[in-house]
Amino acid sequence: MAEPKIIVVGGGLAGLMAVIRAAEAGVSVEVFSIVPVKRSHSVCAQGGINAAKNLKGEGDSTDRHFDDTVYGGDFLANQGPVKRMCEAAPGIIDMLDRMGVMFNRTAEGLLDFRRFGSTLFNRTAFAGATTGQQMLYALDEQVRRFEAEGKVKKYEGWTFLSAVLDDHHICRGICAMDLKTMEVRTFPADAAIFCTGGIGAIFGRSTNSIVCTGSAQAALFQQGVDYANGEFIQVHPTAIPGEDKCRLMSESARGEGGRVWVPKKPGDKRPTSQIPEAERFYFLEEWYPKYGNLVPRDIATRAIHKVVYILKMGLDGAPAVYLDVSHIPRETLDRKLEGILEIYEKFLGIDPHEHPMRVFPAMHYTMGGMWIDNNNQATNVQGIYAAGECEYQYHGANRLGANSLVSCIYGGMVAAPAAIKYARGLEKGCESISTTVYEAERRRQEQLNDGMLHAEGTENPVTIWKEMGDWMTEHVTVVRNNPDLERTEAKLQELADRFRKINLSDRTAWANQTLSFCRELQNMLVLARVVTRGALARNESRGAHYKPDFPERNDADWLKTTRAHFDGGNIKFSYEPVDTSMIPPRARRYDAKA
Amino acid sequence: MDTTAGGAADSGRKVIVRIKRRPDTREEPRWEEFVLDWRPHMNIIICLRDIAERPVTRDGRATTPVSYEANCLEEVCGACAMLVNGVSRQACSTLVDSLEQPIRIEPLTKFPVVRDLIVDRSSMFENLKRMKCWVPLDGTYDLGPGPRIASEVQEKYYPLSRCITCGNCLEVCPQVNENSDFVGAAILNQVRLFNAHPTGAMHMKERLAAVMGPGGVADCANAQNCVEVCPKQIPLTESIAEVNRQAIRQAILGWLLG
Repeated sequence: MAEPKIIVVGGGLAGLMAVIRAAEAGVSVEVFSIVPVKRSHSVCAQGGINAAKNLKGEGDSTDRHFDDTVYGGDFLANQGPVKRMCEAAPGIIDMLDRMGVMFNRTAEGLLDFRRFGSTLFNRTAFAGATTGQQMLYALDEQVRRFEAEGKVKKYEGWTFLSAVLDDHHICRGICAMDLKTMEVRTFPADAAIFCTGGIGAIFGRSTNSIVCTGSAQAALFQQGVDYANGEFIQVHPTAIPGEDKCRLMSESARGEGGRVWVPKKPGDKRPTSQIPEAERFYFLEEWYPKYGNLVPRDIATRAIHKVVYILKMGLDGAPAVYLDVSHIPRETLDRKLEGILEIYEKFLGIDPHEHPMRVFPAMHYTMGGMWIDNNNQATNVQGIYAAGECEYQYHGANRLGANSLVSCIYGGMVAAPAAIKYARGLEKGCESISTTVYEAERRRQEQLNDGMLHAEGTENPVTIWKEMGDWMTEHVTVVRNNPDLERTEAKLQELADRFRKINLSDRTAWANQTLSFCRELQNMLVLARVVTRGALARNESRGAHYKPDFPERNDADWLKTTRAHFDGGNIKFSYEPVDTSMIPPRARRYDAKA
Repeated sequence: MDTTAGGAADSGRKVIVRIKRRPDTREEPRWEEFVLDWRPHMNIIICLRDIAERPVTRDGRATTPVSYEANCLEEVCGACAMLVNGVSRQACSTLVDSLEQPIRIEPLTKFPVVRDLIVDRSSMFENLKRMKCWVPLDGTYDLGPGPRIASEVQEKYYPLSRCITCGNCLEVCPQVNENSDFVGAAILNQVRLFNAHPTGAMHMKERLAAVMGPGGVADCANAQNCVEVCPKQIPLTESIAEVNRQAIRQAILGWLLG
C-alpha cells in the first residue's frame, strides 16, 4: 500500500503530541479541531505536570510515582500502562523543557518542583499556574513548524461527526462538518487517533471548556467503540461556582501552602481577618494530619461535602468553604500562583492576596473513557485509537493532580507510532476502499442534519441540556444513591424523548451553532446514560465513586473494569479483570498519622 | 449539589443588551435588542446563552441565537474577544455589573466577520508561522534535559508566553488596517520570546529577517494602545522595542560584514 494516512481528531495536548510523533515519522497527518488548536481545553490545566526526577533530594523515584498513582486511583488502573507512563515522565519533562516551556526554576537554573495532592514528594514541575497553557503552546509551535514544512494539515473549525467504517467494521476515515459552511465531508485515512478530551458539558456546569462535550466519544460508542469505567468522574474540591462555568482553583494553591477552613461557629459574621486561628476549623488538616490539605481530590471533596451538608458549617449556610492563601508572602504568590489568583480577582472582584477565596467542589475530570488495550492505545474497533482524557487508562478510580498532563503526552506518544505500525501492516489502504463506503456515511450524516433542521417540535435544546446537567450534577457526582440513579436514568430517557420534539430556532446553512450543538446534545444524552448506569451497577465505594449504602471498597466483587457496549440501540455492560500484577491491592487510607 | 454562585434572580431587575447581527458575509449588519433577567455575577457569555435559550428580541420578534466564539470561559483560551460598549475585550471576564446599559456588543472590526460576533483570526496564526515563532527541535525523542535558565530570566519571559492570541491588541492598533500587513504586537512579542530562549536564540537571524520584511516591526507607529487592552498585561511595547533593537543590530551587522 501507499504511505499511511493518519487522522488525529482533537488538538489538545494528546492530539498535538500524536501529530508531532506522526510528522516526525514522515507520515501524512491531518488534524481536526472544533476550535483553533491553540484554544483547546488543555490551556485550562494550571498546577503542573508530575515526573519523579528527584531534583529535591527526597529519594523520589518512578516506582514511587507509580505506587502513588495506583494507590491514589484505588487500584482500578491497569498497572502495566501506569508503570510505563511514570517511567516515561522524566523524559517528557525534558522534552517540554527543550521545546521552551517556561517552567519555574531553582537558584541553580534547574527545574523547580512543587508538592501536589496524594503524594509526599515534590514531584510537580510547573510554569506559574498556567502549566497546561504553556505546554499546549509549546506543542502548538512544533506543529506549526511541521505545518510550515507541509508535513501537517490542520482542519480547524471542523467538528467530528462519525467514523467511516467499511463492511468489515474497520475504520477507513472520518466524517466531519465545517462549522462555517456546514459542509459535511468524509476524509479517508488508514487510522484515526481520537484525543477529544473530557465530558464536562454532560454535567452542565463544570471546570471544563465548552468543547468538552464527549460528543466524539459518544458517536464512536454508538458505532461500536466500547466505553470503560464511565462512572468514574472526578469532582475537584476547589472551584469558584459560576452560572456559565465553575472556574478551577488549582490544587497548586494548596501545594504552595494554601489552607482550607470554615469558622468553627457556623454563620460567624466577623470579617475573616478577625477570626483567630483557634476559632477556625482546618478540617482537612485535622482529619488527615499526614497529608493535610493535600489529600487526594475525592477525599477532599467528600470532606467539604460533609462540612457543608452534614455538619452544616458552610460559609453563611451556603455551599462554600474558604481556600486561604492570604498568609503566603505576596512575592511567592505572584511568582507561583499569579495565573489563578488573577482569575479569582477578575471574576469575583475580591483580592485573594488579602482575603480567603470562597470555593466549592465541581465536576472536573473524566477518568473513564473509550476502552483501549494495554499497549497500543487501540480501541476495540480496528483503526481507531484514543489518547488523553477521552480514554480510560492511567487514572483508575481517581486521578492524581498533575498526572493528567503527563498521561496526555504519554498517550499521544504511544498512539501515533502504534497507529502508524498498524496502518503499514494493512493489506489494503484507504485508497482502495470504494467511494460508496464514504458516500454512504456522508449521506447518513447529512440526513441526521436535515432531520434536526426540519424538526417542527417545541423543545429548546439549551433547556434540555440544562436539565440534563442539573440532574447529572445532583445525582451522579459526589454522593450516589441507587434510587436517585434510577430516577436519573428515567429522566435521561425522558429527555431523549423530548429531544425528538426539538425545534431549532436557527435553520440557516451558515455558521449554525445551534445545529452543531444539537448534534452534540444528542450524543451527550447517550453518554450520560453510560455514566449513570455504570454508577448504578457498581455497588461499592471506590475512589471518586461513593455510595453511602455501600461505603466500602469491595475487591471481591468489583475490582474490575466496567465496559459498556452499544448493541443494537441498547447499552450493555460487561466487566473485565484489572491488571494488578505488580502492586497488590491494599486498603487506601490517608487519615493515618504515620 | 447546588453550586449556583449567587442568590435567586433579583425580582424585576433587567439587563438590556444590543447586539450587532450579521447573518453572513453578504448581508449588511443590523442591531437587535434583548431584555434579560439580571442575576449576580452575570457576564457577557451568560447573556448570550440566555438569548440562545429564548431567542426573542425586546419587541417580541423571534430571531436566531447569536453566533459567537467562546471556549474556556476563564480568559485563558483567547476565543471570546469582542467589542463591548466599544471596548475590545474578552466576553467571559466582562461582568454585566461593571457596564453601562444598554450593553452594546459588536464583533471585532479588524478581522473579517463570519457571522454575528464570530470573526476569522486565522491571519494571526499564519503570521506566527511567517515569523517562525518556535524553538527548532532536533526531535521529541529523549535527548536529556533542556538548557539551564536563571530564575530571573524565567520570571522575565514567562509573562510573554501567556499571550492568548485573542487579537485585542490588533483591534486597537491604528497600524492594523486594510492598507497594511502589520503583524501586530502579539506576534512581535512572540518573536521576542523565542529570541530570548537559549535554543530559540540560535535561530534569531531567520526570525529577524522575517521581522524586517513587510508587515514587520518597522510598521509599528508607537501608538501604545496594545498594552492598554492586553488582558494578560503583557509588556507589549517593551517587546516591540526589544525586537526593533535586535532588528537594527542585525541590519547594522549585516551591513558591516557585507
